[in-house]
Amino acid sequence: MQKESKSNRFIFPKTPTGVDGLDEVTDGGFPKGRPTLVCGGAGCGKTLLSMQFLIKGITEYNEPGVFMSFEEPSNDLTLNVKSLGFDLEKLKAEKKLVVDYVRVERSEIEEAGEYDLDGLFIRLGHAIDSIKATRVVLDTIESLFAGLDNQAILRAELRRLFHWLKTKGVTAIITGERGEAMLTRQGLEEYVSDCVIVLDHRVIEQVSTRRLRIVKYRGSTHGTNEYPFLIDADGISVLPITSLRLDNEVSSEIVSTGVPGLNTMFEGGGFFRGSNILVSGTAGTAKTTIACYFAAEQCEKKEKTLYFAFEESPQQLVRNMKSIGVNMEKYIKNGTLQIHSSRPSLNGLELHLLTLRKLIREFKPTTIIIDPISNLTLVGSEHEVRSMLVRLIDMLKINNITALFTSLNKQTDNLRPDLAEESVSSLVDTWITVRDMEGIGERNRGLFIVKSRGMGHSNQVREFIITSNGIGLLDVELGPQGVLTGTARKSHQIKKTISDIKLQNEIDRKDREIARKRRVLEANIEALKNEFESAAEELSILKATEELQEKLASKKK
Amino acid sequence: MDDPSDDTSTTQHKFMLFVSGMSVKSGHAIENLRKICDKYLTDNYELEIIDISRDTEQAVIHQIVAIPTLIRTDPAPQRIILGDLSDREKVLRILNISE
Repeated sequence: MQKESKSNRFIFPKTPTGVDGLDEVTDGGFPKGRPTLVCGGAGCGKTLLSMQFLIKGITEYNEPGVFMSFEEPSNDLTLNVKSLGFDLEKLKAEKKLVVDYVRVERSEIEEAGEYDLDGLFIRLGHAIDSIKATRVVLDTIESLFAGLDNQAILRAELRRLFHWLKTKGVTAIITGERGEAMLTRQGLEEYVSDCVIVLDHRVIEQVSTRRLRIVKYRGSTHGTNEYPFLIDADGISVLPITSLRLDNEVSSEIVSTGVPGLNTMFEGGGFFRGSNILVSGTAGTAKTTIACYFAAEQCEKKEKTLYFAFEESPQQLVRNMKSIGVNMEKYIKNGTLQIHSSRPSLNGLELHLLTLRKLIREFKPTTIIIDPISNLTLVGSEHEVRSMLVRLIDMLKINNITALFTSLNKQTDNLRPDLAEESVSSLVDTWITVRDMEGIGERNRGLFIVKSRGMGHSNQVREFIITSNGIGLLDVELGPQGVLTGTARKSHQIKKTISDIKLQNEIDRKDREIARKRRVLEANIEALKNEFESAAEELSILKATEELQEKLASKKK
Repeated sequence: MDDPSDDTSTTQHKFMLFVSGMSVKSGHAIENLRKICDKYLTDNYELEIIDISRDTEQAVIHQIVAIPTLIRTDPAPQRIILGDLSDREKVLRILNISE
């Protein structure tokens, strides 16, 4: 929407389309009170788009509508859109909708002289007036060209029709079949010049994608890109590429990784809420296990978690995780965890993205896990994958959802990241790599943090082990050749213990020797003391004797 | 094909002419049709003029798009002619009426 900062700024009046995402692309909807041309090849969804426009107009905006069909009889239409959950009969009975099937069969009609299309005008006018409709669909008016000979009259009348629609003040959709050189076979874009939307249905590498593009929109800004859209059980949804603005709110709240020992590798003690975490690694490096640990941790804290598994079925995942002591079943039962499994090739990237979007809207998770994101690269071209991942991450950021992606990469000697990593590595906030570390006839798993935005983190390569009790990070063991893992770690530990014992023994021996020496010393001291005492005694005897003699001598005098 | 000679004389012709209000073309169509009928189908026809601007339902029922539209319901086969019927020769040919 236009910024309201300038209060007198003109805001182009628009009619919301009711098509998921199209309002964002058109910056609010179709031009109000004007005709919009929707054109495209066969089977690209023109009729559905216009039908959805009408029905949503009735159900969501309380704007009655008229559907004038030149191709399908009313009953067929009712049946066709019923599968998408639209009940035309009910709306018709409520006087919210009029469906008029205009049948022009060339073989039955002859022309003699001048005529006009007043019949059509009157029918349409009557339909509009009878229910006070503000939305009108003409699908596909070009059929008239096949039914009527006099093209000059027809063109003049169409021009009059569109003009008349404008004066009626109805927001109209006119559909047209895609032509060779022009947007439509009969050049309808000449008459409908306010808003032209082209639908397209392409198959690239056996995957079909539908796209929508706004060719022109007078008097309004609009997205100019091709936007993928899809038709599913709820009708059409258009996927705006991205909001393109990076102004989402950030949180400095920390969520625990769930893996014992991994938290301490981050200065903050975990991931930031709303950040994206990429766990990449080669096959069999326990990416899924890490993902499940994270999921279980979040579920434990009553955070709603959505798990997209592109490789395993929910049952398989639950069983496998049970073997390492993670009980995911109870989280599924108490409603904190949802696992969605599908083959990535089931549908195009856009559908995956939309499924995701829908689930986010319905389930409102705070944590999402996509396992693995690299499988999606099989579905589209490099460019498409990249743009889809950008959109995905953008969507998650806006919703402040903590997301953990796993990514399988090929085992290469050089550390060059492959496509999936390359696409997301610049977008993710935290990147953890799990590696195989091969050596002395065994394979061990090592884990390290490649990056962690806004948080200090450990630079160590930590070995981690998986046992029936779960996974755990081991403390770093440094040997002469660097970090030791597996058997090397163990033998190193044994060696260390032996040398420790030896050292202890040596110390004990030294202690004993000193004790002995002390005892000798003490004995010597005792002996000397005795000697001293006996000498002192002798001296005192001598002194006493002398005194006695002196006394005796003095008496004699 | 019907035999033209006995067609004009014996069979009753039924026409429905759809017009809208007082438009010029509608007026021409009525005039032209009357002339044709009076000349070739004297008293052997039935003409119903329907003004769809008043009777809109009829326009839907009979699948009227263009105005004026002439529908000949009898004799079979049904014929639909668009236009003000100014091209008399063509009208006669379509309606299979000989001059």
